Amino acid sequence: MDQTEISAEYDDGVLTVRIEGEVDHHAARHLREDIDKKIFFHRPAVLVLDLSRVGFMDSSGLGLMLGRYTRMEEIGGRLVISDPSQQTEKIIRLSGLDKKIEIKKKGGQA
Amino acid sequence: MKKKQINGMKLEFDAISSNEAFARQTMCAFAAGLDPTIDEISDLRVIISEAVTNCVVHAYKNAPGKVEITAKTYEDRSMRIKIKDRGCGIEDIDKCMQPLYTTDPSGERGGMGFAIMQAMSEKFRVVSAPGAGTALYIEIKFGK
Repeated sequence: MDQTEISAEYDDGVLTVRIEGEVDHHAARHLREDIDKKIFFHRPAVLVLDLSRVGFMDSSGLGLMLGRYTRMEEIGGRLVISDPSQQTEKIIRLSGLDKKIEIKKKGGQA
Repeated sequence: MKKKQINGMKLEFDAISSNEAFARQTMCAFAAGLDPTIDEISDLRVIISEAVTNCVVHAYKNAPGKVEITAKTYEDRSMRIKIKDRGCGIEDIDKCMQPLYTTDPSGERGGMGFAIMQAMSEKFRVVSAPGAGTALYIEIKFGK
């Protein structure tokens, strides 16, 4: 399945990347390349990964987040995870990644 | 007392990344007979996805190989799953079970696969030896 897609918006230093579909090892490779191209082009202060339309995520998604967290640190920026589903949030918390990466819920502030 | 089996299945497929989705969808369809909740089915999808990804990435290192899944469901709404590869095997299982441990140097893998599978399973056991492949024995209980 190659149905996982991204759409991106850049505004005033904030690059928002919305991921739509399933984030597993198969999809993560393409997502990584696509997101990194956008980081390289915009060099944002904040990267927001909008997960509101992610229907499934496993630890390959955690790796994707961890890699983007490192990219953003390298350019002096930060990563924010936005609106994960209950299941995605469970995986993030099980991994302890929530202690390292900021999670924003609908209506909250990044 | 021996548990009464309801259903059984065996599945073999190529260890390629596009089969990660195939495997989790197939296993969820098989588990549907036990009437799991949405949360329980979500956990099963994660467990299967983690296990098959390990076969593709670690056991065969993206080289050709087969993954074999056998599963049985029981009257007490439990499910036993065995996921087996004939890949490189694991040298130090205890080390691999530690959260955040990964052999991948790219920084793109969290090293959480085994820890997540273990947290979401009722029982979880790894049998492996270098050169002899790996088998995961997983038990899940619905309606706890």
